[in-house]
Amino acid sequence: MAIKVKIVRRPELTFWEKLYIPQILCGFKITSWHFFRNLFLHMAHRLGRFKHFPASATIQYPEELRPLMSRFRSRHRLTVREDGTPRCVGCMLCETVCPARCITIVPGEHPDPHVEKYPVRFDIDLGVCVYCGYCVEACPEDAIRMDTGILDVAAYSREEMQLDMHELMDPKLRKPIHECSLNFPHQCNLTEGGEKGSWEAVSGS
Amino acid sequence: MIEILLIKSALAGIVFFAVLNFAGLHTWVERKQSALIQDRIGANRADIFGFRLLGLFHGIADAIKMFTKEDIIPVEANKTLHTLAPFFSVFFALVAFAAIPFGPALVLPWFEHPVELQVAKINVALLYIFAMLSLGVYGVILAGFASRNNYAILGGLRATAQMISYEIALGIAVVGVVMVYGTMDLAELVQGQTQMIGGWIPFWGIVAQPVAFIIFLTAALAETKRAPFDLPEAESEIIGYFVEYSGMKFGMFFLTDFLETIMVACLATTLFFGGWHVPFLMPDGFHFPWGGMIPVANWLYVLFGVSSFSIKVVIFCWVFMQLRWTLPRFRYDQLMSLGWKGLFPISVANVVVTAVVLLFFGEAS
Repeated sequence: MAIKVKIVRRPELTFWEKLYIPQILCGFKITSWHFFRNLFLHMAHRLGRFKHFPASATIQYPEELRPLMSRFRSRHRLTVREDGTPRCVGCMLCETVCPARCITIVPGEHPDPHVEKYPVRFDIDLGVCVYCGYCVEACPEDAIRMDTGILDVAAYSREEMQLDMHELMDPKLRKPIHECSLNFPHQCNLTEGGEKGSWEAVSGS
Repeated sequence: MIEILLIKSALAGIVFFAVLNFAGLHTWVERKQSALIQDRIGANRADIFGFRLLGLFHGIADAIKMFTKEDIIPVEANKTLHTLAPFFSVFFALVAFAAIPFGPALVLPWFEHPVELQVAKINVALLYIFAMLSLGVYGVILAGFASRNNYAILGGLRATAQMISYEIALGIAVVGVVMVYGTMDLAELVQGQTQMIGGWIPFWGIVAQPVAFIIFLTAALAETKRAPFDLPEAESEIIGYFVEYSGMKFGMFFLTDFLETIMVACLATTLFFGGWHVPFLMPDGFHFPWGGMIPVANWLYVLFGVSSFSIKVVIFCWVFMQLRWTLPRFRYDQLMSLGWKGLFPISVANVVVTAVVLLFFGEAS
């Protein structure tokens, strides 16, 4: 089969385009239209008019956040039962599936025989996490989700990038954390890694 | 004698104050105008006690930043020339403003002569301004040369080539205007533009020399070293002559750009848009072609003149800024071919046509 050759001609400028000045005026018309329209809209917005015509595409970031899609993967959280304990059953599926190996779970025995296990420790190293969302997919208990909407994960040290159960269970918490609000037995990093809490405190509350 | 000195110093002070402040405001204008053109908001974060005032304080913040920044001189650089270059640049840009007439003569009751609103009344003011603008290129080439940086020297060379080739078109374009009004004195040139054609159209330079106006505008834009002719600087990629400058020395080059923009706006106003002339306004009042007349006092006449000049300059600055954000940059060969093969022949032809027309239908002035 013979190769067909298609000759693409360079677009040649017409006389008016070669004159250049009409083309400049065309460009000038576009920029001026934007300039005056936005100028008018900015002034009208100050007076409270034409609010539904945006004058700029800017989102003033720290004050305004851009709308996130509902399937957007942001910082993780651990879902919580009604009694304030994590839904996690310590099955290790998320730790196993994690391609970045950023999840560390230490399971412990749960007093309820229908639950069997629960995490004594649940750490995610966000400095290593690749935000793939496999942990959420793998979880059989809907215990881990990535729907906090937190995007501004930033820290001055690698240690600060590591989240423990306190922050994962309460996304509103930000470092530094001084008080432990968890009452079930867990390995509490806030008190030098010692065990803290008891199941009596959970059932009593 | 001492009064003349005082009045001249006061005039110089006023021009300095106005021009430097307007140049400083240009940073704000540039930010906000580009933002409006591109559907953005623009810099609006700098505040004093919570007042943001549409981002006007960013200019002040810039100035503070530039003054407090470390001033770096490269080890290999020629220290004297490296320090001198930005001063050259700013000096020649500022000095050129002396010859711009920004208003009609003001009659002061305690002073016998009417005060010309022009810092230096030079009878070859036009030549003087072009000389100063041309000398401005020394600052640029010195900056490139003294930095001992290959990028900088290439930028300086580009700037020199560009400015020299466009200065010719600029000069020849202005020759047409000079021929029509028969003078190089800018005050007289403005006076010449106050005549009316048939009582309706003011005999401004744009009416007499439309082609020269377009050439002048293009070449003048190239003189200011701003987009679409910002090859000498081209901060975004090909790197210009002031790479090795930091702090306020860099700020001075930036200031020079804005000063030259204002200078060119002043020149365009003076040469082609009647300077301080308000249509139908004579020294004693408005004379309308349909026979009406409103008398105007001298101080009001001067006020009208100065505001007319200022408004025209501001409009030109707006147009230059708008063009700067409309047009992409020229390639170097395109720049040269536009200058030498486009503007230069057209400007020469313009001079020839003007000469022939003046010869046959002459005695316009």
